[in-house]
Amino acid sequence: MEVPVLKQGQFLIATVQAALTDEDLIQLRIALVERVVVARSRGVIIDVTSMDVMDSFASRTLREIAQMIRLRGAATVIVGIQPEVAFAMVQLGITLEGVVTALDLEEGLAYLNQAFKNDS
Amino acid sequence: MNESMRVLIASDQDIVTARQKGRTLASSLGFLATDATLIATAISELARNIVTYAKKGELSIRSVETRSQQGIMIVAKDEGPGIQNIESALRDGYSTSGSLGLGLPGVKRLMDEFEIVSVVGVGTTVTVKKWKN
Repeated sequence: MEVPVLKQGQFLIATVQAALTDEDLIQLRIALVERVVVARSRGVIIDVTSMDVMDSFASRTLREIAQMIRLRGAATVIVGIQPEVAFAMVQLGITLEGVVTALDLEEGLAYLNQAFKNDS
Repeated sequence: MNESMRVLIASDQDIVTARQKGRTLASSLGFLATDATLIATAISELARNIVTYAKKGELSIRSVETRSQQGIMIVAKDEGPGIQNIESALRDGYSTSGSLGLGLPGVKRLMDEFEIVSVVGVGTTVTVKKWKN
């Protein structure tokens, strides 16, 4: 299932709406890394509220997305990791180190607005 | 209650199907949401190992009971290449596929019981259990 990506001002918002297959995650990576340049975005929010499971592949792919987007000059915030999903991630050994996370979309936008408020 | 199901694993879509079915069964057995997510995550890792290393295989998920405990058992079976060095495969950060290497050691942490039998050239069977508490 494709993840819709919306442009809001200088940011992109990708909202995961159902469980994602590996292929969906790879498509999301391709789409975001492209869109961030086309839209000249400063920041990307990936909302994972609806993700049922964050296994090692999903975590690795999200981390790669954040790193690639940073190399393209923009910031990424992952928002909406559910409490039980966070619990399972830690048990599994996943920390998403180096990736900015926020409670929800609102907090994610607040973070990006703060980060870019001086140079917009 | 004695329920069981089998899911054939041959693609990344099957990984999602297996973990969703597993979560549904875990919930119907009375596991709390947190534990159901741990179980679904473990299923996802086991199914992915099958797709990555053996291409295809099968998961069977069923309820188990002892005199004092009720739980869920997952058996992931493939006829893939087998694991050369099981000790390494159970170590964090070890991977022959370029992944994070959290799969098997992670599954071991997510579940209460873990057993692996692997024969090079014959295949791998991983059996895990989680008990309700």
